Amino acid sequence: MTLLIEFAIALLKVLVIVFGFVMALGSLMTLTERKYSAFMQKRWGPIRAEVLGFRFGGLLHLVADGVKMILKEDFIPSGANRNIHTIAPAMGLFTAMVIFAIIPFADAWCTGLALPVEGMDLCFGFDDAEALQSAQPAAVATFAPTHPYFQIADLNAGLLYMFAITGIGVYGTALGGWASNSKYSLLGGLRASAQMISYEVSMGLSLAGLLMVYGTLDVNEMVREQGALLWGTVPMWGILVQPFAFFLFLTASIAESKRAPFDMPEAESELVAGYFTEYSAMKFGIFSLSEFVMVVFIGAICATLFFGGWQVPWLYADGFHFSGDSMLAAASGGAWTAGELQSYVQASTPDIALPYGLVVFLRIGCFLTKIILMIALQLQIRWTLPRFRYDQIMFLGWKILLPASLINLFITALAILLLR
Amino acid sequence: MGAAVLVEYIPLMVLFALALAVVLAIVFVTPLVGPKKYSEEKMDAFECGSDPIGQARSRFSVKFYLIAITFIVFDVEAVFVIPWAVIFQDLGWYGFGVMSFFLAILTLGLVYEWKSGGLEWD
Repeated sequence: MTLLIEFAIALLKVLVIVFGFVMALGSLMTLTERKYSAFMQKRWGPIRAEVLGFRFGGLLHLVADGVKMILKEDFIPSGANRNIHTIAPAMGLFTAMVIFAIIPFADAWCTGLALPVEGMDLCFGFDDAEALQSAQPAAVATFAPTHPYFQIADLNAGLLYMFAITGIGVYGTALGGWASNSKYSLLGGLRASAQMISYEVSMGLSLAGLLMVYGTLDVNEMVREQGALLWGTVPMWGILVQPFAFFLFLTASIAESKRAPFDMPEAESELVAGYFTEYSAMKFGIFSLSEFVMVVFIGAICATLFFGGWQVPWLYADGFHFSGDSMLAAASGGAWTAGELQSYVQASTPDIALPYGLVVFLRIGCFLTKIILMIALQLQIRWTLPRFRYDQIMFLGWKILLPASLINLFITALAILLLR
Repeated sequence: MGAAVLVEYIPLMVLFALALAVVLAIVFVTPLVGPKKYSEEKMDAFECGSDPIGQARSRFSVKFYLIAITFIVFDVEAVFVIPWAVIFQDLGWYGFGVMSFFLAILTLGLVYEWKSGGLEWD
């Protein structure tokens, strides 16, 4: 029975997060990208599609594009390997969809009393503060919130899962390019796979410094630790502790998504469309859809790892705390003494008290805002920078990003050991 | 413990099943909707309008293989670095020393490949 409930919750989470949010935002990106380029180039962008005279600011182009792609002829070139040619786009979209499993949209839900202890929300297993205050310290056991309702899978190997799935992502493009039996496709596929594996190395190594600071691979746990206040006032977001790693990671992941300025695999002026030259109808659509979903994912993972994820600055389970003094201090030696607990609970009053449900709601809203800002940053980069040459891409990947991430790793290790 | 770990992976299972169903449906069902008009020229591989010359599966630059080999070396390095980084604060100076030795050897490898021209594209 409990297993059935688990399945039901899982199904609901998958439907809402992946199909309700990710795919919707991914397809919205097809329009957003064109609108954003139009905005940057002082044009209108797509505005023509209309129903009964209503244009909805170009939003109907989404529907029109989708319907058009389904109704187009889907053909496979005569020399192509039919099975691999069909499976390759599916692999691309599959990896782009399942990679969202590790993104936490809010902290796990806590039944009962939740209070921040040195910047991290903890459950106390009591109904309210009075029950906690009258409790014997021996009976007080704190634990992290246990119901991950806002994250598909709270894996303890979260980031490894991400690396594994991005690794599989190479197959879709490499196989698609190879199976088409066209010279442009093959060149595009080769370029794509060489570029993606080159940047995968620096992507992994640039995050190693972050892993050292947080000491975990669990993504939600990393976000929880970003709630700690540095010097009692500044939220300890990833960008503050690893500023260098953010730029390395952002560069590597934009290269991984094969978008401008790293769009050599589909350089339209020389390779027609690169690895998807021979694709038509919805299979073509899938390739561009998975690219846009990856943009959303990069926005989400950057916001999660470096910009506090679902953390609203200074907002904790019971409201806003503008300094660390108004929070409970961690128990010395694992358990509070009776006097400590009494004085801590009395001292722990939020500057602005908010109900727990509202806090979760604000956190989800804040995280979505952060994702949208990170997507806007990527679009800004994409429409600002010209395309690199292929040797420049390889130069950047192997001779700049890789040594830089090794140096970042070394300095982080040294800093952690010297500062503790 | 065992059952608890499995429960963690149930949503992942559901997600994999649903995502697989959706992508396979798109790939196999949507081609049935569109028209089918056969013409020999259309079925040719695209080569700017002229007839394709030879096979596409011809030889290509050896540099792609070199990149792949270098990738294996450094990706395995990343695989070793990540677990070390997670428990780094517990290991302290001992872990730092051991890993510095390991990274120094790999950095030497990178310097060697750099000097011998394995990373050049021209």
